[in-house]
Amino acid sequence: MSETPHQPPSAPPAASPRRTALDAVHRALGATMTDFAGWDMPLRYGSERDEHQAVRTRAGLFDLSHMGEITMTGPQAGQALDHALVGHLSALAVGKARYTMICAPDGGILDDLIVYRLEDERYLVVANASNAQTVLDTVAVRAAGFDAQVTDDRDAYALLAVQGPAAPGILKALTDADLDGLRYYAGLPGTVAGVPALIARTGYTGEDGFELFVAPADAEPLWKALLAAGADAGLVPCGLSCRDTLRLEAGMPLYGHELTAQVTPFDAGLGRVVKFDKPGDFVGREALTAAAARAAEVPPRKLVGLVAEGRRVPRAGFTVTDASGAVVGEVTSGAPSPTLGVPIAMAYVDAAHAAPGTEGVAVDIRGTREPYRVVALPFYQRER
Amino acid sequence: MSINPEQLRYSKEHEWLTAPEDGTSTVGITSHAADALGDVVFVQLPEVGATVTAGESCGELESTKSVSELYAPVSGEVTEVNQDVVDDPSLVNSAPFEGGWLFKVKVSQEGADLLTAAEYDAFIAA
Repeated sequence: MSETPHQPPSAPPAASPRRTALDAVHRALGATMTDFAGWDMPLRYGSERDEHQAVRTRAGLFDLSHMGEITMTGPQAGQALDHALVGHLSALAVGKARYTMICAPDGGILDDLIVYRLEDERYLVVANASNAQTVLDTVAVRAAGFDAQVTDDRDAYALLAVQGPAAPGILKALTDADLDGLRYYAGLPGTVAGVPALIARTGYTGEDGFELFVAPADAEPLWKALLAAGADAGLVPCGLSCRDTLRLEAGMPLYGHELTAQVTPFDAGLGRVVKFDKPGDFVGREALTAAAARAAEVPPRKLVGLVAEGRRVPRAGFTVTDASGAVVGEVTSGAPSPTLGVPIAMAYVDAAHAAPGTEGVAVDIRGTREPYRVVALPFYQRER
Repeated sequence: MSINPEQLRYSKEHEWLTAPEDGTSTVGITSHAADALGDVVFVQLPEVGATVTAGESCGELESTKSVSELYAPVSGEVTEVNQDVVDDPSLVNSAPFEGGWLFKVKVSQEGADLLTAAEYDAFIAA
């Protein structure tokens, strides 16, 4: 189909899309492939709603090898990251992970990241595929004054994710690693199905699950071992289409949609990631200090959830209006929610219309004002 | 072997059309189109009594990732719409040539470039 409003953030056009180590596996499974940030990635293998429900109720297996890995090593690796990013990474314990961001000097978000401290002097920074080159270049420049080395490890890793309530049981059958001791946002080196892996309890689905960083040559045997071990538990291959609806239901932001270089973490309601009290200066401090003050004084547009009363689906860029038809916001992501059974969206909305339950809010869907209900995020939260 | 039924004709916008019975044809979208869309979650069809014009938009199909226009493969008056597919749009995916039909139209004029099944096979393979 020609109409696909949900394009990922544009990457520089490559001569031909890059293929992951699992490319042949995806094709053998009959996946519908899509270009995502310069990578040829599986969009779905069959029904994306079935894949979505598998992750919510059983487990799903994802190839996320497009994600960009950057390694920071050296005696001042932590300080270099403290300077380059908005988080306090030198205070991160070995074996733990942190959600953080890298900002421009003006406070605009360049990317959102997960940083793992693998060793005292070794960190793994995981960037979005669309921003990996920017993050790599920017971190390298910002680390220049520190006793630390930046390594482009994008080709050193394949990344598989097992997500869903059955994920721990499936993985336990394949590893001796202490998964029960591995908390959310922690990672440890181990062996899975005989393959050396960084086992991280992270994800982008709103479910329990794991992300496994492995050598590309090990990706296919690991994929096959996971599918075999998870067959009885209902583990199925899952594509990026359901990953997007899973993260949307979980209220998780996506770079290029909720997060852009035009918004600061405070505008996105994620000011908590900015650690002003960390030692040393960091890029963006001045602008972010002002942004924090501004957000406290004059509440900016707020990121809210919208739930449809009808069945037409809001998409990124559609305008949000009040009862009089005046524009009060803009949709950043929208999709039919498999869990709720109705269309949902995230949108930046003027503070006056951002309270859950606000009456009269509508989304302009190709010229028709469709009524929407304002709700607090997330749309979905798993039972713990 | 083709999955596109021999007895139907096809538009380049991926609609199929039955041979008219008493002047009325049934319209749907092909399995090729349904596969490309992914799970269809909403269909908006023309109203019964409305006049549709060959090659012009007469409805829309929403899927998880996108929305696509539905184009009329012929001109004429809509005589019936498939309420089952309105209530359960997944019929477009599960049975695009059967239970997932979209509407019936009393044909006043055909579109200019309708394809045979073999021609449509070649068109989507190109």
